Parts: sequence; structure tokens; C-alpha cells
Amino acid sequence: MRLRTLSLAVAAALALPALAQTQITVVNFGGANANAQKKAFYEPIEKNGVKVVPVEYNGEQAKIKAMVESRKVTWDVVEVESPDVARGCDEGLFEKLDYAKIAPKGDFVPAAVTECGVGIFVWSTVMAYNGDKLKTPPVTWADFWDVKKFPGKRGLRKGARYNLEFALMADGVAPADVYKALATKDGAERAFRKLTALKPSIQWWEAGAQPPQFLVAGDVVMSTAYNGRIDAANREGKNLRITWTGGIYDLDYWTIPKGSPNKDAAMKFIAFASTPDAQAEYARNIAYGPTNTKSLGKLDPKVLANLPTAPANAKTALQFNVKFWADQGEELEKRFAAWATQ
Amino acid sequence: MTTLAATTLPGIRGPGLRRALARVQRRRTLRALALTLPLLVFLLLTFLVPIGALLKRAVENPEVANALPRTVVALAQWNRVDVPPPEAFAAVAADLGALPDRADAGALARRLNTEVAGARSLVMNTYRALPLQDTADADAVKARLIALDERWNETRYWQAIAKNGARWTGDYLLASVDLRRSAQGEIERMPPDQRVFGGILARTFGISAVVTLWCLVLAYPLAYWLTTLPARRANVLMILVLVPFWTSILVRVAAWIVLLQSAGLVNRALAGLGLIEQPLALLFNRTGVVIAMVHILLPFMILPLYSVMKTVPPTYLRAAVSLGSSPLAAFLRVYVPQTYPGIGAGALLVFILAIGYYVTPALLGGADDQMLSYYVAQYTNVNVNWGMAAALGTLLLAATLVLYAVYRRVVKSELSLG
Repeated sequence: MRLRTLSLAVAAALALPALAQTQITVVNFGGANANAQKKAFYEPIEKNGVKVVPVEYNGEQAKIKAMVESRKVTWDVVEVESPDVARGCDEGLFEKLDYAKIAPKGDFVPAAVTECGVGIFVWSTVMAYNGDKLKTPPVTWADFWDVKKFPGKRGLRKGARYNLEFALMADGVAPADVYKALATKDGAERAFRKLTALKPSIQWWEAGAQPPQFLVAGDVVMSTAYNGRIDAANREGKNLRITWTGGIYDLDYWTIPKGSPNKDAAMKFIAFASTPDAQAEYARNIAYGPTNTKSLGKLDPKVLANLPTAPANAKTALQFNVKFWADQGEELEKRFAAWATQ
Repeated sequence: MTTLAATTLPGIRGPGLRRALARVQRRRTLRALALTLPLLVFLLLTFLVPIGALLKRAVENPEVANALPRTVVALAQWNRVDVPPPEAFAAVAADLGALPDRADAGALARRLNTEVAGARSLVMNTYRALPLQDTADADAVKARLIALDERWNETRYWQAIAKNGARWTGDYLLASVDLRRSAQGEIERMPPDQRVFGGILARTFGISAVVTLWCLVLAYPLAYWLTTLPARRANVLMILVLVPFWTSILVRVAAWIVLLQSAGLVNRALAGLGLIEQPLALLFNRTGVVIAMVHILLPFMILPLYSVMKTVPPTYLRAAVSLGSSPLAAFLRVYVPQTYPGIGAGALLVFILAIGYYVTPALLGGADDQMLSYYVAQYTNVNVNWGMAAALGTLLLAATLVLYAVYRRVVKSELSLG
């Protein structure tokens, strides 16, 4: 009798994984973005037989590298920032994607289609301010640098990325020429000089959640911020505003770490998250632009107007130059550290 | 004892006894060793092996030697000034073409890019374009490569390859103290805009010293007061010291953000008392970092101080006063010197913990308040340049060891935690 129960239990235990739905680990950046992903991607796909276990990380490619190199891959799908997609793809950290299983390449905005990663959404680093506290809005990056016209602290992300671009625009470089200028010795010099001028007024932020907090608390009069975070704060009843002029937009990508044990389910997840419906639902939950152009028709104009991809917002925007930062990033970040010490 | 044994018991002074004694001694040593063996193995596995791996990472340099063996040979005779001979171009094309996997090219690209910004795209573009067409001889390959990417004409990329042909390098360690090897192999200082780690190391030590000093100033009176209390009350107060000690650092850092922000409790209280007009900048600068670090590290100062102070008999102080010393002089000249071991242990403990701090400065500090560990994390996670991260770790380890040696010379005693 006891033996029979035992063997039954063993049989049940063995059969269980086959009966249960496939479970995959999806890694995201947390915060408001993760909540939107949960609503648009993780919960709906559970009905299709894929259970998603979300995990947060901070974009450390080192973690993926360590997993792949030690052949103990526990992550199945990872949200990755654009510089890391190209770099990780070159270094063999990601599986190559089969677009036949995802969606026709033509459905996506061009930047979303890469060998190892497919774009999830378009986000933008923009200038933000508190509409309750600042009656005359800043219009350009030159305004952001103008501490006489707008006295008070400025929030900037700790590091060289984005700040050098903004500094050049504040110094009068047209968005289209920013990376051309920054690639030269004089241009980099000019950007750092411009940052020096603002240095006494800068309050640095580290995490994307900080700029809205700074603005609400009145610690800073304006700040650079990820547009989705500003939108999330406004959904909680705050009155934060965005100046889209000279924002830097970029994409986040889905990737599959090389050697993922659930590669098929991972592809299924990516395919689902790329469907027009899922993409539209995501954009409704956070103001990041869909990468699947077919989803635009499903969104009402009010939502569309808030997205970085809206024509009015994208007019003077600059696309983040992945190639430039992949080449120059380490040197410029080191230079930034030297500059901060002075 | 020995003389007694030697004179009264001459009979058993033979080699037999010596052997027996040696055997007992050996058995004792073995038993002691067996008892400590688990600890030794544990230390070896969790402490010495990782440190050894870290040190190895800091000098390892396999990428170029693995990926470009022919090129390294072709560049051996090169003067490192002019554009290299066509044979070197042919060797690069052959080496890149022979790489078994794209990941090998990626590793090479990453390694060279840490030397010369731009090498990443140069290597990857070239790798993707292979195999080349019309490669009759070396000159044709050279023309092809330059047509493909004219940066192949620039000597700095070739210099980076030639410099890193060896499997081991001191370059990461040199870079961690703002030095580098020139193309000719001479050691020189980094250009000013890349000279960072000297300043960061000084900042790391500076912040740690300030934190240690504040901890001492705050902990000394508290520990002294605790020793004067009856045991039961002292225990209750000790628990108050220990409760924050058991709380997560992140929680405490978040709490400080709430307290110190410009509309926070501290600023509002000060404004309410009419002491300040404008809110003080207490956060995202050095002040905030020091306040939070002092708070977090305070128990590490209180505990050794307290345990040493407990052993100082209060009668000494009374004796000094009864012999005519003023209470203050008695305290400074009789009591304080007896607590030096506690001060030394506490200060060293706090200082050594402080120089490894990462989360607190990252969350509460500005761009110029970051300590060395921040850059270790940056190189590990963001740049994925583990050689550089390991070199900075080595620098931190070396600085700590030097400091400990200096401490031992100055205090002339072993570290005692009471």
C-alpha cells in the first residue's frame, strides 16, 4: 500500500513538469516599466501556456556574461539597452533571433530589427520640470543651462552618456551634428567645458526613479529624465512636464541569453510581446513608443501625443548613437570621472 | 625545570625519551591541524582562491595572443612608428579569418577598445567583411583592408595590437595608478583627461578618514557613558546601538534620503526653529555620504571601545583625582591612554570597512563623491572590462595591507578587537 502511494507520488512528480505550463524567467529593469510589462505581456501570455517569472536587474551585462561563460543560464528573456545588444551579440552572449517566428521585419521601426535583439519600445531621455513650480517653461537646452533665467539646481544622470550630447546642444550644436562634433577632440572638449559651466548647479541622479522625486520635492528646478518615469508620476497625480526639444531617444530590446534552457518558449514570449495588440497595451500603460508600427492605429490620439515617437515630439529629437558609444564610451566615461574629480 | 630533570633523572635522558617526546609533539600538532583543517580549507576556498583569481585577472591578457598570433609575430620587428609592413595586414586578415567564432572577434574587439577608443568597430567591421576578395599578395590585402576601413592606416591601432601580444600584462595595474606604457614600451603618466584613479584613491581615503574621525568623536563618549552605567541599563542601551546594526544598509540609506532631502525632516525642523532661511544641501553631496556612513559604521567603533573600556578599572581615575589631578587631566592622561587599543582597533575596523563602501556613496553622493568600489562596479558591470576591475580591486587590497602594516608599526601591537 505504502509502496503504491509512493510510486504514485513519484509518477505524479515526474509527470508534473510535462503537464504544467512552461515557465520562463523574464528579466526587466523594474519600476513603472516592469508594471506596464506585467499588464501588457506577462499576464496575457499566461493564457497561452507560458508562465512568466519576472526578475529585475540593473542592466549589468556582466551577469549575462557570467551565466553564459559558466554555462548556467537561468534567464530566458532579458531586456537589454541598445549598446549592450550589439556588444553582447558580437561577444556571443545572445542567441540569434529567427524573425520568421516573431513577425515580419517590415512591421517594426527600422532600428528595432537587429540580429540578436528585437526592439520592445522607444524611450527618450528628455528635459522635465514641475508644472506647479515653474510657470515659464524651459524650451531649449540653452534654457536648461541658463541658471540666471531659471535659478536652482539641475538634475543630470551621473555619467557621460546623454550629458555630453545635451551640453553640445546647449552650446548651439544642431541635433543632427552632435555626434559628428563629439567624435572630434575639440567637440568632446567643448562638451566638457559646457558641463563645467553648469557644474555648481548639478544634482546627480543614479536611478531612473530619482528625477521625478527630485522635481516633486523641489530639490531641482529641472532635470533630465526618462519620459516614462515622468508619465508614471503624472498618473499618480503629479503635474510634471516634458520639454521634448533635443531629447535623445533609444530602444530597449528583448534578447535570449545563449544556452537558455527554454529557448522555444522564450521565442514564443518575444513573438507575443511584439504583436500589435500587446504593444498597444504596453503603450497605454507607460508612455513608451511601440516598435511594431501596426500598433499605432490601435492607440487613441491622447496616448499617442505622449509618446516619444509622436511626430511633434520626435521633430528635434536625436537618436542615441549606439556605434559611437560602443567605441568611445569607456574613454569618455573615464574622462567624465576625471572631470568630476577636478 | 629542565636542569632539575637533567640532574635528578639522568637515567632517562636518552634518545628514546627524545623520540617519545617528539612523537607526542607531532601527534599534538597533527591533532591541532586536523581540528583547524576545516577552517583552513574554508579560508582557502572562500578567501585565498578568490583573491588569487582576482590577482590573476588583473594581469591576464589572452585576447590578442589568442586571436592574432600571426599578426603578433609579423609585428615583432616593427618600429611602432610608421605604418606596419604589408605582411602585418595580411596576417591580420588571415588571423581574423581563421577565428572559429564571432565571440572570439568580439573578445578581441573589446580588449583593443579599452586601449584605443574605436578599435571595437574597426575589428568588428573588418571581421564581418571577411573573407576578402583579390588577395593575391600582401600588398593587395593591405590595399583591401584600407579600402574597407581607412583607420587601418593609423598606427595607434597597430600599436595596441603590438603592445598586447604577450599573454600577461601589467597594463591594468599601471592604469590603476594612472600610468601607462607608451607605444615604445616606456612607462609614462596618463594624459591629464584620463588621469583619474589617483584622485579617486585619495578621495576614498579622505572620506574614510573623515568618517573614522567622526565615528570616534561620537562613539567615545557614548562607550564611556555605557561603561559607567549598571549592567542592566547598559545592556538595554547596547541593544539600541545594535538594532541599526542589524538593519539592511539599503533601508538605512533610504531613510537618510527621507530625512535629509531639502523638504525633509531635518531641514524643516531647522527652518521651523528659525535657524536657517534656505534649506541646507545635505543630500547628494559629501555631507550626506559622510552622515550616512558614520551612522552605519558607528557600531563598529562603539563595540571595540566599549569592550576595552570595560577592562579599565575606575579606581585608577579616582586615584589620580585623589592624588591632586584635575578631573579633566586625570581623564586625558590616565584614562584615555588605557583605551588606546580600543581606539586603534575601532578606527582601523571602521577605516577598512569604509574604504570598500559602494552603495551609500552611489545613492547619496554626487559624481565627485564616488569611491573606488564604484569604479570597480562600473568596470565589472557597465564596461565589462574585468581586467581593469580586478586591477582596481588589487589596488584597494594593496592599500589596505599597507595601511595595516603602518598601523602595526605605529601601534607596535597586533590588532585586538577586545
